[in-house]
Amino acid sequence: MSRRAPDAAPVDDGRGASGATGGEAPLLEVTDLVTHFSTPRGVVRAVDGVSLSLRRGETLGVVGESGSGKTVLSRSIMGLLPKHNVIRRGSVRFDGREIGDADSEEMRGLWGTQIAMVFQDPMTSLNPVMKIGRQITEPLLHHLDITKKYARDLALSLLSSVGIPEPERRLGQYPHEMSGGMRQRVMIAIAIACGPKLLLADEPTTALDVTVQAQILDLLQKEQQERYMAMILVTHDLGVVAGRADSIAVMYAGRVVEVAPTRTLFAAMRMPYTEALMRSIPRIAEPSHTRLKAIHGRPPELIDPPPGCRFAPRCEYVQDRCWKEEPPLIPGDEPGHSYRCWFPVGTPEGEAARERNRAAGSAAPANAPEAPAAPAAGAVAGA
Amino acid sequence: MPEQSPSPTGSPPRPPSESGGGVAATPEVVPATDAAGPSPPDSVPEAEAAGHGRGLGVMAWVAIGWLVLVVLLAILAPLLPIPDPVNDIDTNAFLASPSSGHLLGTTSDGHDVLSMVIFGARASLIIGVGSILAGFLVGGFLGILSGYFKGRIGGVIGSVLDIFLAFPNLVLALAIVSFMGQSIRNIVIALAIVSAPVLARIARASTLTWSEREFVLAARAQGARHARIMWREILPNVLPAMFSIALLGIAVVIVAEGGLAILGVGVKPPTPSWGNVINDGRSDLADAPWITLAPSAAIFFTVLALNYLGDVVRARFDVRESAL
Repeated sequence: MSRRAPDAAPVDDGRGASGATGGEAPLLEVTDLVTHFSTPRGVVRAVDGVSLSLRRGETLGVVGESGSGKTVLSRSIMGLLPKHNVIRRGSVRFDGREIGDADSEEMRGLWGTQIAMVFQDPMTSLNPVMKIGRQITEPLLHHLDITKKYARDLALSLLSSVGIPEPERRLGQYPHEMSGGMRQRVMIAIAIACGPKLLLADEPTTALDVTVQAQILDLLQKEQQERYMAMILVTHDLGVVAGRADSIAVMYAGRVVEVAPTRTLFAAMRMPYTEALMRSIPRIAEPSHTRLKAIHGRPPELIDPPPGCRFAPRCEYVQDRCWKEEPPLIPGDEPGHSYRCWFPVGTPEGEAARERNRAAGSAAPANAPEAPAAPAAGAVAGA
Repeated sequence: MPEQSPSPTGSPPRPPSESGGGVAATPEVVPATDAAGPSPPDSVPEAEAAGHGRGLGVMAWVAIGWLVLVVLLAILAPLLPIPDPVNDIDTNAFLASPSSGHLLGTTSDGHDVLSMVIFGARASLIIGVGSILAGFLVGGFLGILSGYFKGRIGGVIGSVLDIFLAFPNLVLALAIVSFMGQSIRNIVIALAIVSAPVLARIARASTLTWSEREFVLAARAQGARHARIMWREILPNVLPAMFSIALLGIAVVIVAEGGLAILGVGVKPPTPSWGNVINDGRSDLADAPWITLAPSAAIFFTVLALNYLGDVVRARFDVRESAL
């Protein structure tokens, strides 16, 4: 029942994130961003009131499972949404400028030179019939007033910067002649070519081999630091952002449910969803064949989500209140930490709530997942 | 323009090299180029060894050979030691059967059939290639436009194309030619109007799938304009599909020219075309079948060659796409 209005206020607390740059104004400030899609079945609330802020030189990790709205969020920030059947509200301030309502003509001035994006699948994000060299030099020539020769030199240095051996030879190759990791390196080279201030990386390693993932992430981090960019690293893997992001926003069903500086999030998470995500990471120390602690159930439908906390149907801590009232973003103890939970993890109330549920025969997890709709909610609450 | 032959450098078969060609990459130039720079598949052993090279096969080379022969004969017709098909009349031989003087016999007017078939290739090829080229440019443009802008622009263009596709092709062509007059130029225009919607359809369908690819979004995210995306990102990917259909289209149009000639609205008689030579010989079919047979055979083999090559092109690019 709590609408978006209360969410906006605590957001400003989010800026205390452990960035190296103290007093600088945020480069990107997203306030109450809403992105809905009208479909024949109803309005899909893909992003529903998200607020973030990010300074130059900082990395923000956006974590969430499939369908939590993280990809839509990144495209919405960038203004790369389909024209039709999209409802977009809220404010996106970039470098002191409001771009929340900018049309694509206006955005084109920012794309590539100010904001750039690395896509998920390097197999499809390069044009199969264009040589690598052309794909890198094209935006350079388009945006910067330089000669072809100079663009080629830039492309060469970009390729070596992203760790591609024999850049001379690679310039003349087609994407199909390169491996997935190489292609992603090329994508990164293209994205950083025109010196953007903000880099959005949308699950940059999901399509890659595990052995290559770390290399690509290290590369992104290196470029981000060298070029003093702000970076949003979207992923479904907490492990990916753990060592690399300054702060982390956990998304669930179109909302940010917890945001905190990375260390705080790992040390003192408050949101049960974050805890559940954390527990679902396999650990090397555990004996083999240990069952992973998966989160049962599925994320809710983004069309017409039930009232109350959206994680309630899957939550171990769920109480009556959770089914009825959606918690606002509540500021935590640490600066920059806020979460949406009535019975936060690690607090006496939370522990009490979990104990109650355990005593009641783990009522919530057993009953709720198959019927997350409101009537079922009542039933569980009554138990 | 798209390269047909495996490149001699030993690198794998390339997608059409986009260099400057763009839409101007015309299907009809292919036989000529292959004649100009023949690189038979067996001359690139490294490519084969690398496992990338895929030879075109004997039949494809026979087909290319035939088309090259036809094109060369058509171009060089005035230089060949053959009688002029219009002015030279052998008054000693009306409806003569094939002999050493007239390899394919003569018509009832004393014209040399071989010479008429060779000169007729000019009209037929100009019509076949010209109308498909025009249809390729117009259809490709409209198709990519309507496939890329799926909204109102796409809807309007799509409806107009559907209306044109709903007409029976030959009737539409016949109507246009009778209305505009029986010149080669008008026949080209008529057949271009008939073929453009078909090619537009292919371009549209292909564009619809390619424009969903992430590299198109990536190009947008780099600040590329729509025109640039269509030209640089989508067009080179759409060309192979259009190219293979265009080859088949040339074959269809050559046959259609024959149909128009028999319906009496083909190329005006003194100028020979394969169609009107067939029409010419129709009345004497019982006495002098060679008059009709020679141009029919020319059409038959040319169409066969084009169809076969169209299939080869399609197969090659299909494999490449699925391997991506």
